[in-house]
Amino acid sequence: MNGFITSVDERMRGVALGVQEYFTLGARASRFVAARPFYWRDMLYQMDRIGAGSVPILFLTGLFTGMVLALQSSVELAKFGANIYIGNLVGASMVKELGPVLSALMVAGRAGSGIAAELGAMRVTEQIDALESFGTDPIKKLVTPRLLAGMIMLPLLTIMTDVVGIAGGLFIAVAKVEIPADIYLRGVWTTLALSGFVFGIFPRDFVGGLLKPLVFGAIIAGTGSYYGMNAQGGTEGVGRATTRAVVTSSILILATDYFLTQLLLVILPPVL
Amino acid sequence: MSTPTEHLRHIPHERRRRVRAAPEPAARGAAPVIALDDVWLEFDHPVLRGATLHVDEGDTLLVLGESGTGKSTLLKLVLRLLLPERGRIRVFGGEINDLSFEEVLAIRRRIGKVFQNAALFDSLTVYENVAYPLREAGRKQEPEIERIVRERLEFVDLDPEQVMTKLPGELSGGMKKRVGIARAIASDPEVVLYDEPTAGLDPLAIDTIVGLIRKLQHELGVTAVVVTHDIRTGFRVASRVNLLREGRIEFDGTPEDMIASDDDYIQSYLQAA
Repeated sequence: MNGFITSVDERMRGVALGVQEYFTLGARASRFVAARPFYWRDMLYQMDRIGAGSVPILFLTGLFTGMVLALQSSVELAKFGANIYIGNLVGASMVKELGPVLSALMVAGRAGSGIAAELGAMRVTEQIDALESFGTDPIKKLVTPRLLAGMIMLPLLTIMTDVVGIAGGLFIAVAKVEIPADIYLRGVWTTLALSGFVFGIFPRDFVGGLLKPLVFGAIIAGTGSYYGMNAQGGTEGVGRATTRAVVTSSILILATDYFLTQLLLVILPPVL
Repeated sequence: MSTPTEHLRHIPHERRRRVRAAPEPAARGAAPVIALDDVWLEFDHPVLRGATLHVDEGDTLLVLGESGTGKSTLLKLVLRLLLPERGRIRVFGGEINDLSFEEVLAIRRRIGKVFQNAALFDSLTVYENVAYPLREAGRKQEPEIERIVRERLEFVDLDPEQVMTKLPGELSGGMKKRVGIARAIASDPEVVLYDEPTAGLDPLAIDTIVGLIRKLQHELGVTAVVVTHDIRTGFRVASRVNLLREGRIEFDGTPEDMIASDDDYIQSYLQAA
């Protein structure tokens, strides 16, 4: 029994220490945003890898999600003769939840794993030690550019996913459910407009849908960097770091989504 | 046809004088370049348990020991990539344990390190790898950096035109090690730390690396610490030997003293090696 308690105690201490290190890494990387030298080239390179590299996979994700949403909702709404509301449903679902969350999960799988693998390989081949020996702070050089790239690119990718998803829904609405395109698009706009506007211009749901990927981008880059920087044990360790990065960032994205939604309901209350 | 000392022209005047006069053993009583005093360090098991050693100017100290005895850890401590739990570490006469990050950077820029597997940056070309420490120091313009990179590559017997644009993945193990040495000496360090410089190389490549270490000793007067399992290679370059055992320095002397030692452990270590 004592052995079990000791084991649980050690495990919990390990988790607590890991959480502390995770936030310390994030805080240090954020602090370097305003410190010189700033590694612009590295940040642009990471923006290309995280952003441009993820476009095809997010295009397909958005397209098929929008299509299946329209298809499923047409079946349910037909029972009430309310097929004209497909646009409202697809627009709200894509912009508020599915666009940000699915984009983040796909980028976590693609770019987050890449960050963990790359930094993990650099750790086990002593490249990070080499950076330090030349007087470079590895967090500033490796983590800060990835963190910024993630936070800049994920909102942009989410906008693309939202638009493609709504377009996918439009295709099904017009081609299969036979709803006029203007009815569908008016439905999308009405839903967004009904939630109210921020600064009188931007639909509240749209702004909320962009604040989430900002946080998700930081989670993906931060988690990938944390596991990569702490990889141990050769190529096997790199594999473990990659898996943990994807699993942890996926769970964090889903959990954070709930709390962010709660927070957004408070700071950007919907117009009733 | 280049002259034998042409590659020295970039070296500051004060250091050239030291280079021309081959490295003299440090005067008795002079402060060592590196000194570890009663250093203790533990990870999940004790690694160093009161290690004490010193490296004088012009010395090439060979550190031997079984796997896991903390040889590579010693090098990380000297660069303050790790901090000891107890004990003092002095580098260039000053204690480094309590230095600020900027002060540590200044120390690190005076030390070059050759890593076990070269640790070249995969995504950078050979040119960018060797230029890296110069660019990080931020005090030189690109034309001067290019001149230095070319000189360092020539120093390690590589043709700059052939290798500068290659990525590390396109090089053989021996070439990677040589580029690693070129990068380590790019910013003209006073001390070079070698971590298993010949591991995984064929005999001819080992000969080349040994030749380069000697060339750095004799032509540039670099103080060096060589950590290796390869005793035969180590003895070819070392002026002194330290043997680590169970976290402490078991033996400190010349290679000849070590061979002549009648200590059972040292003899069994030498025979096994």
